Amino acid sequence: MTTSRRKFIKISALGLGGLATTSSAFNMFGVNSYLDAAVKENIAKKFVRSATYCEVCFWKCAAWAYTDENDDIKKIIGNEDDTHCNGRLCPRGTGGVGMYSDEDRLKTPLIRTTINGEETYREASWEEALDLIASKFKDIKEKYGPESFALLKHGSPGSHLEHLFKAYGSDTIAEPAYAQCRGPRETGFGLTFGSWIGSPEPTDIRDTKCLVLIGSHIGENMHNSQVQEMSDAIDNGATIITVDPRFSTAASKSKHWLAIKPATDIALLLSWMHVLIEEGLYNKDYVEQYTFGFDQLKEHVKPFTPEWAYGITTIKPEEIRKTAHIMAAAAPSVIVHPGRHVVWYGDDSQRERAIAILNGLLGSWGNRGGFYFKESLKVPKYPHPEYPEPRWGWKDIGKQYPFAEMGITSELVKATLPSEDNEYPIKAWMVAGTNLINTLPEREKTIEAINAVEFLVVIDTMPMEITGYADVVLPECTYLERYDGIRSATNRIPSIAVRVPAVKPKYDSKPAWWISKQIGERIGLGDYFDYNDFEEVIEWQLTKLGTSLDEMKKIGVKNFERTSGPLFLEEGQEYEFYTPSGKIEFYSQQLANKGFDPMPVYTRHPEPPQGFYRLNYGRSPMHTFSRTINNPNLNDLKSENTLWVNPKVARILGLKKNQEVWLKNQDDIVSTFSIKVRVTERVRWDSVYMYHGFGHNNKKLTRAFGKGVSDTELISQTVIDPLMGGTGLRGNFVSILTENPHKTSEI
Amino acid sequence: MRYAMVIDTLKCVGCSDCVVACQTENNVPHGYCRDWITESVSGSYPNVELELKSERCNHCDNAPCVRCCPTGASHIVEGGVVLVTANECIGCGACIESCPYDARYQHPDGYVDKCTFCHHRLEKGQLPACVSVCPTKCMYFGDLDNPNSEVSQLLKNRKYKTLAPEAGTNPHVFYLI
Repeated sequence: MTTSRRKFIKISALGLGGLATTSSAFNMFGVNSYLDAAVKENIAKKFVRSATYCEVCFWKCAAWAYTDENDDIKKIIGNEDDTHCNGRLCPRGTGGVGMYSDEDRLKTPLIRTTINGEETYREASWEEALDLIASKFKDIKEKYGPESFALLKHGSPGSHLEHLFKAYGSDTIAEPAYAQCRGPRETGFGLTFGSWIGSPEPTDIRDTKCLVLIGSHIGENMHNSQVQEMSDAIDNGATIITVDPRFSTAASKSKHWLAIKPATDIALLLSWMHVLIEEGLYNKDYVEQYTFGFDQLKEHVKPFTPEWAYGITTIKPEEIRKTAHIMAAAAPSVIVHPGRHVVWYGDDSQRERAIAILNGLLGSWGNRGGFYFKESLKVPKYPHPEYPEPRWGWKDIGKQYPFAEMGITSELVKATLPSEDNEYPIKAWMVAGTNLINTLPEREKTIEAINAVEFLVVIDTMPMEITGYADVVLPECTYLERYDGIRSATNRIPSIAVRVPAVKPKYDSKPAWWISKQIGERIGLGDYFDYNDFEEVIEWQLTKLGTSLDEMKKIGVKNFERTSGPLFLEEGQEYEFYTPSGKIEFYSQQLANKGFDPMPVYTRHPEPPQGFYRLNYGRSPMHTFSRTINNPNLNDLKSENTLWVNPKVARILGLKKNQEVWLKNQDDIVSTFSIKVRVTERVRWDSVYMYHGFGHNNKKLTRAFGKGVSDTELISQTVIDPLMGGTGLRGNFVSILTENPHKTSEI
Repeated sequence: MRYAMVIDTLKCVGCSDCVVACQTENNVPHGYCRDWITESVSGSYPNVELELKSERCNHCDNAPCVRCCPTGASHIVEGGVVLVTANECIGCGACIESCPYDARYQHPDGYVDKCTFCHHRLEKGQLPACVSVCPTKCMYFGDLDNPNSEVSQLLKNRKYKTLAPEAGTNPHVFYLI
């Protein structure tokens, strides 16, 4: 399939006038005859650049925002000294400009009201909205205790509000980034190596000889420095092995693509262990010195031959052996990548354990071309009074999941549903920077919880679906218009980056730090916000770190020397891991003590019934979740998703390229909108695939509304990870409808 | 001096950063673009191949768009860069039709627009915006007349192709394969 250029161009009435924008006169070849007067005037303009770090995704690349003399942001360019981007932003960072210019942004505070029996929003002043919110904070505290007010958050605004909530006495805090995304890998690797993976992942991809991706689609997820390093690895001749039922972009760059049957990864991982151990190919010195439980593991994986795995995974035994040999030959310069969005089938922490153990057998942790020892700088805490001790919080709500180390958003939702025997009743929500409607599975349950709360306040830059359920909506300004906390990165070297407003907040929007302070002061917590402007906080912290705001405004990023020791283990170096045994734990007594499998086992997962296809989803490189679809620059690159269908399936169902179809899942949930078919050999016949984040149903998102299908709305079944409460999302099956199921019959 | 662009299809992930960087650098209105990504899939599951690449004006030596322009707005400047003088362009669209790469579009202001190799940046010793931003560093830019330039070396040492060679345009965007 070839995408033609004609398709990309959409006729638009929005002409922006001038064309070239540069900062100097144009006279390269003496005569610049081709430039007209208006253009000459335009390129003579001077840009001013301001230091920032990107908030379009969680990678937080440091950048420069360029503003023209009309205080309009024209472009954003990566900071060359930043290890997250090395001067090169990804499309979303480059297109971050559209987050600022989007005319659909939330513009003023809104308060829910009833006019003529119909619920609607009215514009309100900040004064009124904040007073109302403050009164609710007081109400909830009096009636139920502060713990009953929950904060659900994502990204930079979340940390300011977390401070408010902790000062108020609530630790009922969670973010979908944990139990709906990367939580299981932190548990799996934590149990094995005693260390979280964290962000950015401490993978030494640029120097690796062999990169193994288990469903991880680097290059479609634009986790910037990681994408850059994969490219370096290709230049350096590294072997890439990709395990994915879909022919991902990464698979196309791989020497070996293992087109695995979905939901069978653990069988492959166990079989790889079997080959390494039975053939004596594992890293013997490393295993001897640093690991615990090898003998049990050896016994455990004995039956898992490649022939056994073939019957489960559909990957030929010789392919399994060959790829195991490649890994062993490259070891310890090999990375079996932990992935990032890993909530798939409910046994995800155990799959991540299997990945971690495989890395342990290969000796990649702490070795060049494997995993490095990351380091970050501790930013001193701006002084404030002690937080009060809450009676209960996220930990208690998730207590049946013993290895959960952060709040489980889906469990907070459950604790919000009215129930007699609920020990931890949640009565109000603040939602900041996360569109729970498109983030959480089981949408019906989310909406039920929303209906049950006494008060819901949403803080966002855009009118996301969740804002439509709020009692009060507060318009946050974008990252380009505010100060924020110092970005302290965990990386090969410690570094800090600052975010300075490039322009004043557009419309009547405000930064989250200001919102927190305003609410705090109204509820008697002024002592916790002992500054007039967040600039003072950063200034204070930067001085403590041996620099200044003035200096940081000029350089944006400051890199520091390592102080924790070398990046990698010295040969034979004594090293104690933060596990109970002090070793890398192949056998986990911690798991056994809690009644879980101490070593990973393969369990069979449900398969699609006849006429249904497994619903797989993933990232489009030009979007972040559902939050960027309306961004005018990024929407221009991709405005809707398509349904990837194997040609065999298309033939059976009589589907044509670009045909509009609707999807119906196993619970009879029908997609709100239609999606165009993409017939492609890149996807298996037992599953369909779509980019995540599309199919917005809020009309206020004028570009994104009704474009494509939301994968999230079709995910009504989850399998909960018993270790940490993650919601396995990939056990949902859809059938393809060619007739519009929403069409009302004509009378 | 002969400018050329070399793009490594083995590294390109098709993220479109080059597209949005060009749009913000050159004030390209929403809905239009001077460069774009193509994706070609061949084979059948599970023996599939995928090629992703960034395309744009090929700054041809033998440029049909320049030949057919009735006003001389389309012209070639030093370094082989094909440009359009906006205020000499009458928007007739002959060049759009003649281009085998479909690289030109009608700007809402009436003239025809396309990739300039970021001519204004070259003057300052900077790379074209698309090249400077690419996260995979799959794009290279330089002078083919200099045998030691990165682009000359890449074309000497690697397998490559050009687009629509049959059109005889002698294009100057090369794809490593």
